[in-house]
Amino acid sequence: MSSASLNPEASVAADSGHQPLRFYVPEPKCRPGSAPDFSGIQLPTEVLPRPPVDASQDQLHAYAYGLIRVLGDDHKIIDEWNPQLDANVLRKGLRSMLLTRIYDQRMLRAQRTGKTSFYMQCTGEEAIAVAQAMALEPDDMCFPSYRQQGLLIAREWPLVDMMCQVYNNSEDRMKGRQLPVFYSAKKAGFFSISGNLGTQFVQAVGWAMASAYKGDTRLAAAWVGDGTTAEADFHYALTFAAVYRVPVLLNVVNNQWAISSFQGIAGGEVTTFAARAVGYGLPGLRVDGNDFLAVYAATKWAIARARAGMGATVIELYTYRAAAHSSSDDPSGYRPEGEGALWPLGDPIERLKQHLIAIGEWSQEQHDALTSELTEEVKSAGKEAESFGTLGSKGTSPSTMFDDVYKELPQHLRRQRQQLGY
Amino acid sequence: MSAVIDTAAKPEVITFTEAFSRALHDAMEMDPAVITLGEDIGDEEGGGIFKVTKGLSTKFGTDRVKTTPISEQAIVGAAIGASLAGMRPIAEIMLMNFITVPMDQIVNHAAKLRFMSGGQTHVPITIRTRTGAGAGTGGQHSDMLEAWFAHVAGMKVVVPSTPADAYGLLLGCIFDNDPCLFIEDQLTRTQTGPVPVKGEIIKLGKAHIAREGTDVSVIGYGRPVRDAMVLAEKLAAEGISVEVVDLRTVSPLDTETVLKSVAKTGRAVVIHEAPRSFGCGAEIAARIQESLYSELKAPVLRVASRDVTVPFSRVLEAAYLYQASGIEAAIRQTLEKRAAR
Repeated sequence: MSSASLNPEASVAADSGHQPLRFYVPEPKCRPGSAPDFSGIQLPTEVLPRPPVDASQDQLHAYAYGLIRVLGDDHKIIDEWNPQLDANVLRKGLRSMLLTRIYDQRMLRAQRTGKTSFYMQCTGEEAIAVAQAMALEPDDMCFPSYRQQGLLIAREWPLVDMMCQVYNNSEDRMKGRQLPVFYSAKKAGFFSISGNLGTQFVQAVGWAMASAYKGDTRLAAAWVGDGTTAEADFHYALTFAAVYRVPVLLNVVNNQWAISSFQGIAGGEVTTFAARAVGYGLPGLRVDGNDFLAVYAATKWAIARARAGMGATVIELYTYRAAAHSSSDDPSGYRPEGEGALWPLGDPIERLKQHLIAIGEWSQEQHDALTSELTEEVKSAGKEAESFGTLGSKGTSPSTMFDDVYKELPQHLRRQRQQLGY
Repeated sequence: MSAVIDTAAKPEVITFTEAFSRALHDAMEMDPAVITLGEDIGDEEGGGIFKVTKGLSTKFGTDRVKTTPISEQAIVGAAIGASLAGMRPIAEIMLMNFITVPMDQIVNHAAKLRFMSGGQTHVPITIRTRTGAGAGTGGQHSDMLEAWFAHVAGMKVVVPSTPADAYGLLLGCIFDNDPCLFIEDQLTRTQTGPVPVKGEIIKLGKAHIAREGTDVSVIGYGRPVRDAMVLAEKLAAEGISVEVVDLRTVSPLDTETVLKSVAKTGRAVVIHEAPRSFGCGAEIAARIQESLYSELKAPVLRVASRDVTVPFSRVLEAAYLYQASGIEAAIRQTLEKRAAR
C-alpha cells in the first residue's frame, strides 16, 4: 500500500507545490539467498599516526572515522601504533583467544545436549576482550556486556567456575539466580552482566568517579554493542564522562549485528559509532577489532589518556559476529550463509597466529599442539564442572531464594520461606 | 549552618527541611564514603530548589557534592557504580515524578544486584526525592509512587512524618546496606517538630506507635499520620481512643507491629496520600484480615486520594486529595459497625 492511499487529502498535499514527505528504512546489502557482499566496506588507506595522549579533542576527529590497524593484510606491522609487544605477550594473547573459542565451542555443545538452557559465543570477537584485558591492569574494573567472556579467560579466572554458572549446578556462585553466561566475578573485577542493555555504561562512569574521588589508581572500562548505542544510558554515560572528564574507557563493539538487526538499524550507515563521541567532546577511536595489536594499542592509548587526567575515550571496535547471537538464534533467517568467512578484516586468532609465524615466533606445529592442549584443558574443566551437576540435575535449595534480597531477612520473607517448608 | 543542635539560643523545634539538611551534613561528617549527587544541588547553583542541600558543597567540596546534568538515569546509575566502589551515595531525584526516568537502574539493578550477584555485592545507595499533592504543582510534580517501589524485592521505602523522624530515618537510609528510597513531602516542608538528637539513627523496618489507643488503629506513613495525630487528640475529647501506627518504613513492612496494634483494638483504618487503587493500603489491609479476620470488629477501611491524575486547579486538587475529615469519618464508621453488632 502506498502512503498516498492512506491520506485522503493527498491531492491537497500535491496542490501545495511540495513533494510528499518521505523517510528511509535501512536495509543490509544482502539477505539469505544472496551472495555475501562486503564491497561497501571501504578500509581506509590513510594511516593515522598515534597522537599524543594529551591531544585536544578537535585534533582527534579523524580517528573517529578512520580505522586503526597494526596487522596488515600481509600479517606484518603496518603503522606506528605498533605496541612493541614481546612475543611471549603475543603468545599469551593467542592462547587466551584460542582458549575462549574452544571454551565457547564446548559450552555451545553442552547447550545443544541439554546441559544448559542458553549459551552465547563470542566467535570472531575474541581479540577485543582478550587484548583489552591484557592492556588494562588486572585490578581495573570491567563492566562488560554478555560477549566479553574473554576478559575472564585472559584474567585466568577458573573455567570450572564459569561452567558451573552456565550449568547452574551446586557450585554456581550465582545460586541459580542468573541466566547462563551472565557471569559475575567481583574478585576478577568483572561486574555482573546486565540483561537491560547499556546500564553498565553509566555504572562504570560512577565507579570511575568514585575511584578518582578515593585517590585510587584503578580505572573502569565498559562495553556495549553497536545496537546498544541507541539506548539512553549510552548517551547519559558519554554526557557524564565528558562533563566530569571521567577516567573510564567506553567501548562499543560493533559486530555488525544486534540479534537480527544489522548495524544500520542502530544508525551505523550514516556515520560511525566512534563518531558519537565527537558531539560530546570526547575522543573517538575506530579500531580494527580483529587485530589484536591494534585493539591493544588503542586501549593503551585511552588508558594513558585517562591516567593523564584527560578523561574518557570512546573506542569503536569494528568486528563481525561470526556466530549466532545466542543458542536461541538462527542467523540463516536474516543474513547470507558464509558471510563471516568473507569478513574483510579476517579472523582475529588466525591473524595473530599468522603474524607470529611471519616474525618467526610461532609455527603450525606449535599451534596444533596448543589447540590440543587447550582442548584437553577445557574438556577436563568440563568434566569437573559436570561432576557438580548440569542444569536441573543438582539445583539449589529453594530455601536459599530468600537470602540476599535484603542484607537481613525481613519478616515477610521469613514467613514466605516457612510457608515453603524451610 | 551549624549542625550543632543543643545550644540554648536555638529554638526547640526545627522544620522538615532543616531536618533533611542536618541529616545530610551529619552523615557526610560521620563518613567520608557519603557522597551526594543530583540536579542543582551545589551551592553555586543555589543549594537545591528547596535548599535541602544548601551549604553541603561549600563544606564538603564539589568532589563530594556534585551538581549533575539533567540525567536521572545517570544520577542513579553513577550512584550504583560509586556504591560498588565502596561509596554510600545519596542520589537526589528532584521530584518523584522524575523517578520514572531511572526506573531501570533502580528496579533492575539497585534492587537486584545483591541477589543476582549471588550475594557478592550490594548497593548501599539512598535515593532522596520529594513530592506530594496540595501545593498546586500538577500531575507531573505531585505523585506519590511509593507503591511501585514497595512492590520491588530488594528496595526499602521510607516516608517520615515528623522532622525528628526525617532526620533519624534519613540517616538510617544512608547507613543501611540496601538501596533505599526516601520520600520527602513538599507540602509540609516548613512545618516544625521537636529537634532530633544529633547522630541518632532510626533503624529501618520498624513501625512506631506514635500514639497509644484502644478503640481503633490508624495505620499510615508520612503526611496523613500528622492528620491522624491531630484527629486522635480531637476524638479523645469524645472518649474515642485512637492508636496511631506510623510505619516509617513502608517496605519492608513491619507487619508484627501492625498486627499487634489491630489485635488490641480490633479495628483498623489504613491511610495514605497516594491514590486508593492498588496502593500500599491494600497490602496492609490484606495482611490484617489474613491474620486477624476473626478478631476484627469491623471491616478494615482505607482512606486515600482519588484514582485520577493530580489536577492543577486548587479546587480540583483538594477534591482529589484524601482529607482529614475522611479519616475521621472512617474512624467513626468502624466504631458504628461495633454498635450495629
